[in-house]
Amino acid sequence: MIDKFVRSMAEAMNGIRDGSTILMAGFGEVGAPHALLDGLIEQGATGLTIVLNAAGRVQKPDEPIQGIARLVELGRVRKVVTTFLRSGSVAADAVKAGRMEAEIVPQGTLAERIRAAGAGVPAFFTPTGAGTLVAEGKEVRDYGGRPCVLELALPGDVALIEAWAADRWGNLTYRDSGRNFNPIMAMAGRLTIVQTHHVCDLGQLAANEIVTPGIFVDRVLHVAAGDPKLPR
Amino acid sequence: MSDNAKDFTPLGRTGMAARVAQDIPAGWYVNLGIGIPTLVADHVPPEREVVLHSENGILGMGPAPEPHRENPWLVNASTQRVTIRPGGSYVDHASSFAIVRGGHLDLCVLGGFQVARNGDLANWSQSASDVGRQIGGAMDLAVGAKRVWVVMEHVTKDGRPRILERCTYPLTAARCVSRIYTNLAVLDVIPDGLAVVDMVEGLSFDDLQARTEATLRRA
Repeated sequence: MIDKFVRSMAEAMNGIRDGSTILMAGFGEVGAPHALLDGLIEQGATGLTIVLNAAGRVQKPDEPIQGIARLVELGRVRKVVTTFLRSGSVAADAVKAGRMEAEIVPQGTLAERIRAAGAGVPAFFTPTGAGTLVAEGKEVRDYGGRPCVLELALPGDVALIEAWAADRWGNLTYRDSGRNFNPIMAMAGRLTIVQTHHVCDLGQLAANEIVTPGIFVDRVLHVAAGDPKLPR
Repeated sequence: MSDNAKDFTPLGRTGMAARVAQDIPAGWYVNLGIGIPTLVADHVPPEREVVLHSENGILGMGPAPEPHRENPWLVNASTQRVTIRPGGSYVDHASSFAIVRGGHLDLCVLGGFQVARNGDLANWSQSASDVGRQIGGAMDLAVGAKRVWVVMEHVTKDGRPRILERCTYPLTAARCVSRIYTNLAVLDVIPDGLAVVDMVEGLSFDDLQARTEATLRRA
């Protein structure tokens, strides 16, 4: 019997190695696997490359340092691959101090590199970024009279996903704008780990409503995380 | 040279947004960037069906919710809570950017720091040496949408022109802007320069040229 549910966070995080590339889904607070990120912080892997849309907000003085900022502060992140690195954030300060690398990527290029990884496309050309700082050091070719930049697929050793509902095969649904990077990161992770709000019996999620089929999913942990909060 | 001159009144943020909204016809699929572009939505009359796209995977985005009807699962590209209209849909991030990069959007309205005479746009960074870098979806939108309109103040806070012969800030994309809306004028980027479409009342062509580094052409 296929059963991808794990019973504990330790089991969910088991085997994540130092030096791994971790794809972390979410846009703002929505569809973000916060519990799994806390689990990763607890698990201890270091020298990580973290791929995520935004590398944290500017910390307010009275705010506890958590999430990606916490992982960076602990010195566990070698590199972030992201579309937003905000001046004054913990991540930007770490880059400034030379403790961490940052690769800043246009958001569509980030999404397509992840999609390509999941689809077995090793690289592609895109006009996005041509003639800008993003194209520095990359091959550029003209297609249809437009300069296009060679971009490489971006697979993850691990993908951390937040679903709305899941069954024991690992079939997933998402809620509203909580879908965002989740389906493509699930495809691009060699080890795809999901936290889900709801657990369904097999067959309860209709074939027509499943967005991520279980073939892309390895482990599912039930986390009743509650509604996403507004950014503090 | 000062905008305190008594013979004309520059548009405010709302006025600029309303001016852009005037030019968006029914049936267009439109992405609105952060800042003044976001305000454009408030000035498209509800009976004019314009479908708004948000980079995080929303088509058919609606206005901000009433306070007691907020949906914490539904945010826009600025991570503000929004609504979805009847007929709206959700897609994943790769499909959302296929909408952008595949040339499916009729229009993207972006904010800007600088626009050059040839349509080059700089809107994400004011220095190549900044550690903080916030590209987001701007480069994809600038390259992918069928039309790119930029809405911005005509000059910087300290009075320096933003409409230049060449951008001095890092580019978002080359030759991507087709129209510029400022607090003083609307300009079309045409093959041989910038053509003045209209100006605020009381402003002369020479007044406008004096605030613009790039050479302007009379309509």
